[in-house]
Amino acid sequence: MKKPVLERPVLLDVQDITRLYGPGKGCEAIDFQLHAGEVLGIVGESGSGKSTLLRVLAGLEAPDAGRVIYRRHAGEDVLDRGEAELDLYAIGEARRRELLRLEWGLVHQNPRDGLRMGVSAGANIGERLMAQGQRHYGQLRETGQAWMHQVELDPGRIDDAPRTFSGGMQQRLQIARTLVTRPRLVFMDEPTGGLDVSVQARLLDMLRTLVRQMGLSVVLVTHDLAVARLLAHRLMVMRRGQVVETGLTDQILDDPQHEYTQLLVSSVLTP
Amino acid sequence: MLSETSVSPKRARPRLTVDGLHKRFLLHGQGGLEIDVMRDLSLTLDAGECLVLAGRSGIGKSTLLKMLHGDYRIDRGHIRLHFEDGELDLETLPAYAWHGLRRDVIGYVSQFLRVVPRVAAVDVVMEPLLARGADENEALQRAETLLARLNLPERLWQLPPGTFSGGEQQRVNIARGFIGEHPLLLLDEPTASLDATNRDVVIALIGEAKARGAAMLGIFHDEDVRDRVADRLLPLDDSLGARASVTQNTQETLS
Repeated sequence: MKKPVLERPVLLDVQDITRLYGPGKGCEAIDFQLHAGEVLGIVGESGSGKSTLLRVLAGLEAPDAGRVIYRRHAGEDVLDRGEAELDLYAIGEARRRELLRLEWGLVHQNPRDGLRMGVSAGANIGERLMAQGQRHYGQLRETGQAWMHQVELDPGRIDDAPRTFSGGMQQRLQIARTLVTRPRLVFMDEPTGGLDVSVQARLLDMLRTLVRQMGLSVVLVTHDLAVARLLAHRLMVMRRGQVVETGLTDQILDDPQHEYTQLLVSSVLTP
Repeated sequence: MLSETSVSPKRARPRLTVDGLHKRFLLHGQGGLEIDVMRDLSLTLDAGECLVLAGRSGIGKSTLLKMLHGDYRIDRGHIRLHFEDGELDLETLPAYAWHGLRRDVIGYVSQFLRVVPRVAAVDVVMEPLLARGADENEALQRAETLLARLNLPERLWQLPPGTFSGGEQQRVNIARGFIGEHPLLLLDEPTASLDATNRDVVIALIGEAKARGAAMLGIFHDEDVRDRVADRLLPLDDSLGARASVTQNTQETLS
């Protein structure tokens, strides 16, 4: 048999990112590359700096130092401006917002942060499409229903406001709203964090399926090592703002090297 | 004219070579305790061959499989895969490259099933094919065929395996492991909790994998199964210096 093609293009090149609120608060000197089709999990306890890092990566908070480079390949530039490489914090606020709206996606832990609670489910799903220039009401509605079906929501509730949905349903709606524009790169902050255990598993399975079907590249922040095991290909372990260990998910969880990772992995309760 | 001896017989080329492999665990929580679980292990494995690891439990058999699957890091030594058009060294393979390697080349049947809770057994089995972008109906058919061969009652196919018996879970695991027809298969006691009928099915699956040229490295504690699937044995002993460079016939080794 022939040698498999294992090379994957770099999508996100994170160079020496620092964002500190105080000594040991925030993240410091973070370097990594995300390859196309990869799900990278960032794990660590609360206060480890993982959420700060995610906010910097997702374009929500400028770093004190360092660069976030987003690389695109032929035909992937939605606005077709011929930009192969974007330096996230050199392109300006308006352009950054546009990128987030058109090519990236962000799933918040609390669906209320990612949804517009006062408008209908259908309007929530359609909003990003409209931002891309789609105006045809019938098509928007059709896409909205298709996506509700995809995330296992009753399409018959397309006119209901998200505030009438349960937490698990809201989270699924937020995922539909984010993925409807088929982003290449998605950031997720504890996507199953606020949910009852009974709805977590279904959401995990759904996320896995969507990642596979859409070929998504994902940066996932979670403190839950079981979630990391099931979703992430590769892990980065953070502590006090710094990365202490990186590797394949199984290596980090089954053969941890760093003292802190060993402590973290050996402290997990298994029912 | 070439003499007969100068024409080398068409020998299977190795699919895998392991050279001087070491593994040490350093436990920080135990005051920096160091445990050497493998020292200088070497082996070669050909396409279409099943090499069975032998030796008492705790000798490092599963450790070797886990290093080959990327679950454990490779501290020292070399693991090399051989392809028609080149070689691939696993000890230097970047993490992102392992995803594709596991999807397409190295399959693993572990003793335990680790899946998302509440996902149906048949979906668990199909996943390795879907990951390669296979057609969903075709994947479903193959999954059902395998589950039927392994005598998993049809009423269980749509249920999540979490509540299944050990033997039933293991059969889901085996179906998931074999469905992808990986060219290198790692088998960690796939028959441990199976009855005689299903052991025979697994032995048949291993035979079919050999016939299509898969190279397999396995752990089987059941001597009868071992006899029937092993082309060679690799004995691991307390010197941890096992080498499989000496090709042994199973029958000789076991008699």
